[in-house]
Amino acid sequence: MSAAVLTPRAGSRRRTPGRIVAWVAEHTLLTVLLMLFAAPIVFVALTSFMTGDQALTSALWPDPWSVESYVEAFQRVPLLRWFANSALYAVLATLFMLASSIPAAYALSRVRFRGANAIFVAIVVAMLLPPQITAVPLYIMWVKAGMAGTLLPLILPNLLGDAFSIFLLRQFFLTIPREYSDAARVDGASEWGILWRVVIPMARPGIAAAALFLFFNSWNDYYGPLLYASENQDWWPVAYGLATFRGSHSTNWNLTMAITMLVMVPVVLIFFFAQRVFVEGITLTGVKG
Amino acid sequence: MTTVSAPSGRAASHAVRPGLRRSQRRRRLTAYGMLAPALLGLAVFFGYPLIASIVFSFTRYNLLDDPQWIGLRNYEYLFTQDPKVWVAAGNTLWFVAFLVPVRIVCALAVAGLLVRARQASGFWRTAFYLPALVPPVASVVAFVFLFNPGTGPVNAVIRFFGGQGPLWFNDPALSKPSLLLLGVWVLGDIMIIFLAALLDVPREQYEAAELDGANAPQRFRYVTFPNLVPVLVFALVTGVIAALQYFTEAAVASTVALGKASVGEGAGAVLGYPDDSLLTYTQWLYVRGFSNYQLGYASALAVLLFVVAALFLVLLLRRVDAFTPEEAQG
Repeated sequence: MSAAVLTPRAGSRRRTPGRIVAWVAEHTLLTVLLMLFAAPIVFVALTSFMTGDQALTSALWPDPWSVESYVEAFQRVPLLRWFANSALYAVLATLFMLASSIPAAYALSRVRFRGANAIFVAIVVAMLLPPQITAVPLYIMWVKAGMAGTLLPLILPNLLGDAFSIFLLRQFFLTIPREYSDAARVDGASEWGILWRVVIPMARPGIAAAALFLFFNSWNDYYGPLLYASENQDWWPVAYGLATFRGSHSTNWNLTMAITMLVMVPVVLIFFFAQRVFVEGITLTGVKG
Repeated sequence: MTTVSAPSGRAASHAVRPGLRRSQRRRRLTAYGMLAPALLGLAVFFGYPLIASIVFSFTRYNLLDDPQWIGLRNYEYLFTQDPKVWVAAGNTLWFVAFLVPVRIVCALAVAGLLVRARQASGFWRTAFYLPALVPPVASVVAFVFLFNPGTGPVNAVIRFFGGQGPLWFNDPALSKPSLLLLGVWVLGDIMIIFLAALLDVPREQYEAAELDGANAPQRFRYVTFPNLVPVLVFALVTGVIAALQYFTEAAVASTVALGKASVGEGAGAVLGYPDDSLLTYTQWLYVRGFSNYQLGYASALAVLLFVVAALFLVLLLRRVDAFTPEEAQG
């Protein structure tokens, strides 16, 4: 940030009245927009700290402030179990994906071989086509394997690669100059050796981004658990539980908002710790002309 | 628009010393080994179910009995008799037609503002990106609460100013526009890509245009826009494909606004609330397949979705080279 401020370009901008007016107008607009964008989260948070009685009114400010909603939410539904299920799903899916997709992405980005392009195209197609297209046969497959009613049909496939993760990792590996792996090759390193000692250490931000994306996608997943685990509450992840909560447990908004907060907070916290990596990953999924 | 290019560098592998060729063959074998799990995954979790969907679409199948071949009957029913498929397809097309362009225009506008905010740029970017990170289920629940007609803050504010707030998610005419507002709130995902593209536009091009006397709209038309075309195409095509499978937001909005959970058999009664206005195509597929167990018919619905999605996909794949940085194309 300091670099941008210190460049001569920024300094050479004359402070003409026109520019000042534009600055004020832009920042006023940004501030108003920011308030609109922040409002949903602010109101959710405020309502989650209301008492049950107050949540029945259209009051906007908690009076008194109370953590009753959070305590009651834990009593009404097995929230801890839901969180454990979400964590199990997200962590295992991410670890499995990394084990299977990093070598695949390496092969696609670093080794020249017949069919590489066709495989890459197949991966892009698999990544982009709506999952509902293949849902019926996959569902039948998992029912026959006796795993419907659990989250395993959503976790196990990651052992055999995840199309989006392979795509993202390949994009990142391509940004690492070939000279490094070529040099290791001349020194007699094997492909696994190059992957392990050259590419992985240099690709840490890309790997972190791919891991975060899959972790968030699994944590947020609604369609998958609806399909495979909706009839077995023991396996519900918290996002799915939240979607059903108001219908089956309470129409009271303060409880629903408390759980909404609890679902959001881990994701937002992780984001703040890994922000730079994450933004880098997102722009990588974009394209260049 | 270029087509898929042949694997580069193969020509160079001819006419090299035998020892080098042996080591290259070994490297290629290692590459196939590294790819083996992913290739198996592509075959088992993508190739097979894609073909099986097409085969099942010609059968009647309820999971208990063996599939029974019925030829084109599922398609006949789909195109001539299904009571809701066109309502559902219409709703999905509504999201394709409105959600995608509105999100792109708003994201571009916010990115345009952010690119000019030089002080505390990190703060502004994070603030506008953050909603995109909120788990979709949580953001839908939050919006249904915000807009709920009884105690919702939005209508409370409208009442404060003496107005009469509408029913939002409980009104068939406003349920889709309400989800549009949610889509704008979570615009961060494409905004950040636009922002990166805007920051990449060489400053010299603006300065040259300014010297030539170009005004602001002309600078956008002749400098900014051409630099943005690749990301716009990307956002458009991926946006359309995402809108074609629009499911979670609509399903959760119906469930929460109605106040009834949708599990298994009861899903058909809940999804689409209010009045089928939020019943999207993929939800209809879910209802027919997984709560009515008409798996053959659901496969026919899946095949139609595949055909439509594939048309859009071809548009993107024709630009597949855009995914490969020039320096790596060798």
